[in-house]
Amino acid sequence: MVEESGIENQRPEWPKEYGASQVPYWVFQREDVFEREKEKLFHGPVWSYLCLEVELEEPGDFVAVHVGETPVIVTKDTDGEYYAFENRCAHRGSLLALEDRGNVKNFMCVYHAWTHNLQGDLIGVAFKDGIKGCGGIAEDFEMSNQGPKKLRVAVVEGLIFGSFDEDVDDIEDYLGEEVLGRISRVLAGRTPVILGRFTQVLPNNWKLYIENNKDSYHASILHSFFTTFELNRLSQKGGIIVNEDGGCHVSYSSVDKGPPLDKETKDLYSEQSIRSDTDLSLSDMSLLENFKEFDDDITLQILSVFPTFVLHQIQNSIAVRQILPKGTDSMHLVWTYLGFEEDTAEQRKIRLKQSNLVGPGGYISMEDGCIGGFVERGTKGAPNEAAVLAMGGRAVESGEDRITEAAIRGFWSVYRERMGL
Amino acid sequence: MSDYSKLLEMTQLIGMVQARYAYAIDDGNCADWPNFFTDDCFYKITTADNFAQNYEAGLMWMDSKGMLRDRILSLLEANVYERHSYRHILAQPIISDIEGDELDSVTSFIVARITREGPTDLFATGRYIDRYRVAGNDAKLVTRIVVLDSGHIDTLLAFPL
Repeated sequence: MVEESGIENQRPEWPKEYGASQVPYWVFQREDVFEREKEKLFHGPVWSYLCLEVELEEPGDFVAVHVGETPVIVTKDTDGEYYAFENRCAHRGSLLALEDRGNVKNFMCVYHAWTHNLQGDLIGVAFKDGIKGCGGIAEDFEMSNQGPKKLRVAVVEGLIFGSFDEDVDDIEDYLGEEVLGRISRVLAGRTPVILGRFTQVLPNNWKLYIENNKDSYHASILHSFFTTFELNRLSQKGGIIVNEDGGCHVSYSSVDKGPPLDKETKDLYSEQSIRSDTDLSLSDMSLLENFKEFDDDITLQILSVFPTFVLHQIQNSIAVRQILPKGTDSMHLVWTYLGFEEDTAEQRKIRLKQSNLVGPGGYISMEDGCIGGFVERGTKGAPNEAAVLAMGGRAVESGEDRITEAAIRGFWSVYRERMGL
Repeated sequence: MSDYSKLLEMTQLIGMVQARYAYAIDDGNCADWPNFFTDDCFYKITTADNFAQNYEAGLMWMDSKGMLRDRILSLLEANVYERHSYRHILAQPIISDIEGDELDSVTSFIVARITREGPTDLFATGRYIDRYRVAGNDAKLVTRIVVLDSGHIDTLLAFPL
């Protein structure tokens, strides 16, 4: 079979001249590409979001998460430091943590009781010396050489990131000053409180969600709830920031405090025959109430960290999203909705009400749950055709408007480089 | 009336109301859905894990009948998703704490989803944790907390459960 289908199965060439503005659909479809992503991205020199600092308050607290498809345990040890290592017993590979979170002294595998400390080191082997002189482990066995693979850990404004590659750039350099500043803008100087956690199972390759998230062009077109209530129009003030290598981005906009939309702006949308020009009014406008949370007038900030992390501020809805690939054609999107300890009761209520805007059932995010699947299905028979990302030119650069696909090109630029594709 | 016959009567009443609720969403006019609630209602969809940890947010979080109407309006007029329908199968309600004209009720459910002409998929299982206000032969929801057993939501959640 290998012989016969060898030619057909050989990975096609991604023409150099496509750069970051034409992406062949086989990149989303092929198993060999996914295998390479595991090696070059998820286990390579990138930073993956693991959890929040507030999820690990006491020594012994742990959470069980994933980096790519690899199960990972994150802990706080008695030294107050955070550690992360594979959720895999050194012995025969069973999961060490069987709960999603908890507090433990160590991790003892249920299979043969091999024990690992809170830093992931193997510290005990049951019946290591046998019983009454019989059995026991081989003499050349060294506990210190075993143990699940460890991750390098970094904390940014209460967000814990991990990398399987010790040589990954320091996270501050990896993010760049501007993106880091925009994380601080949302999280610095206050203590997050988890308001809810939801996992959305999307029927598409993980990179289709990444594209969608970095796509400031689609927001007011696909998401008609947003546009109808004038929360977001491409004609509003805003822009995008793409960091130096292109992998991280920020898209932002602010609502003009001025008079209601003039006729000219309204006509812009109707001229394009865009569905989002309707006269829809809500019976309960309290959904759109918000409070002043930041020093600027920015009401929407979508921020991504290469490859799989998103932090959003949509009005007063703050959430982190983690993208977890599940094979080539499925993924999990893990949402963690945040409030802050400093919130007043009124402010908290506004955040809860605004949770209707986001997540799997959100008025302005539900479409993102299905659009990736539409692309997945639409491109099934066209692996060698390519998506076009030419809005705003072909460059990867920051800009003052959002009718651009520059942030998506940024992703593909760094993706091609890191993947060697 | 004995406590037992009161309980039987309420179980039957809530069972009937909930059968109509499911019919409105699955087969009838989903714009009728808000009419199963009182004006000052609270409706939330969450998951068992969030519920156990007292996390406040929901997949839907609405504290007025107006917000319920807006949900349906938005689904019919604004949002984009593939055409789909639900099939609710409800267990018998378990009624407790009948106080005056209000009572607490818990009901298990299974909801299948059918997207376009595709297969029948199991979409959600869980329980309704309800507070009803009874008036004559009818009862309205004051509170409905929909607690999904699983934390996974496939693709998107458009229509209410």
